[in-house]
Amino acid sequence: MKLPFLPNHDESSFFDFISTQYPGLTLGGHGGAFPAAQEPSRTGGGLTVPQATTVLAIKYQRGVLIAGDRRATEGFQIADRRIEKVFKIDEHSAMAIAGAAGPCIEMAKLFQTELEHYEKLEGMTLSCEGKANKLGQMVKANLPMVFQGLVVMPLYVGYDLKRGEGRIFKYDITGGRYEESDYHAIGSGGKDARNTMREHFQRQLQEADALKLALLSLYNAADDDVGTGGPDLVRGIYPTAKFVTAQGIMDVPDDKIRAVYDVLLAARRSKET
Amino acid sequence: MPMPYYVSPEQMMQDKAEYAKKGIAKGRSSIAMEYADGVLFTADNPSASLHKISEVYDAIAFAGAGKYSEFENLRKAGIRHADLKGFMYSREDVTARSLANGYSQSLGTIFSQEMKPLEVEILVVQVGLNGHASEIYRISFDGSIIDEKTVAVIGGRSEAVLAAMKDKVTGSPPPLNAALGFCVSALEQTANQKLSPEGLEVAVLERARTGRKFRRLTPAEVQQLLTA
Repeated sequence: MKLPFLPNHDESSFFDFISTQYPGLTLGGHGGAFPAAQEPSRTGGGLTVPQATTVLAIKYQRGVLIAGDRRATEGFQIADRRIEKVFKIDEHSAMAIAGAAGPCIEMAKLFQTELEHYEKLEGMTLSCEGKANKLGQMVKANLPMVFQGLVVMPLYVGYDLKRGEGRIFKYDITGGRYEESDYHAIGSGGKDARNTMREHFQRQLQEADALKLALLSLYNAADDDVGTGGPDLVRGIYPTAKFVTAQGIMDVPDDKIRAVYDVLLAARRSKET
Repeated sequence: MPMPYYVSPEQMMQDKAEYAKKGIAKGRSSIAMEYADGVLFTADNPSASLHKISEVYDAIAFAGAGKYSEFENLRKAGIRHADLKGFMYSREDVTARSLANGYSQSLGTIFSQEMKPLEVEILVVQVGLNGHASEIYRISFDGSIIDEKTVAVIGGRSEAVLAAMKDKVTGSPPPLNAALGFCVSALEQTANQKLSPEGLEVAVLERARTGRKFRRLTPAEVQQLLTA
């Protein structure tokens, strides 16, 4: 019997719900009608598409810090200077994305809805592990789109209330999920950021030191990678960062980030003269 | 071919309605009532895990009475509908009115076409924001939908509870502790017994909260509000 909104569905996953009932709304639900990415100068061959981004996560004393730059590129053009790549997902988790901007933002939105949906239906939140696994399934579902050149690569961080610690998860395009113990960075400038973090990372960093390290890593990444934007002093655009702690998610205000960069840039300038 | 016995449509509807009403009256009551800063839900519910009141979307909540399995299904359907709409369009496009309409359609169809009607009565409530009034929709087992003002009661001896409250809900909405006091005393009066905070399910749609307005109150909070 057809009823206005009682489809025959009884799972608690919103993603599965729209995948079966409204496939047009899901990631890659366009039936693969796109031509393959045509950017010979930067795609190289096969699956390497521009991931014009650096996003990173660092564990510190009270949880995890997650941060990202603000640049989006289209070939050799800058498509957006203020794009937001770090998303609050729920009260205790956040994700940052690298890859094709459209599908990335869509995945973040879908994941937010997914977790809220589960919480409302089941009356409790998913565990940190459960959320990370669910995101893995969503990345896996996007695999057909990867062959079209639309990569979505998330970096997921959450505060595990049971264990009482922050956790970092990275993924591969097949949905493989790997936990990182200390820090991680992804995107085109990810390697540069990881190098900086490797040199300076310590366990149990203070909040201010973790922020300093994250911003330094992003700065170094922007220094070496064209796809990553550094602090834009003229327009006043700075990377964004969020602290993920037991108390919830806290946005780092712009002026705090600017203050860190003022010190950092002054130190760099003094080296040049 | 054997012919089924003829039953007039009036008789059939009446029988179904009686059956459903009986089922709903067996349970305990739930109340939704406007207070100064939002809408208060109070249910006589001894279980701490099987909820009668639930969040649906940012400013929208659901309360069910009657058969648990049946209103639980309706609750889930409502959440799916709301989340889908919010995902497809935007969060502000999810309204209690469209949700109540959907419920009304579904319940109406089931009542007229199925052998057994659903033994449920539900409330869909949206707390009013930015100067808009709150909306309280009561939907019955046959799909009839009633736009209630300031207070609505479902399940159990709902008319008796409403009668016990009627004289107290005149004028502007009371503060939270007074509103809770009214609801609890009305429930106690009809149930003829004292209700402990553990035996109550209490939740609010709080206008002042950012984002999702729904919040459950713990027994300790309820105790504190009742003694304050």
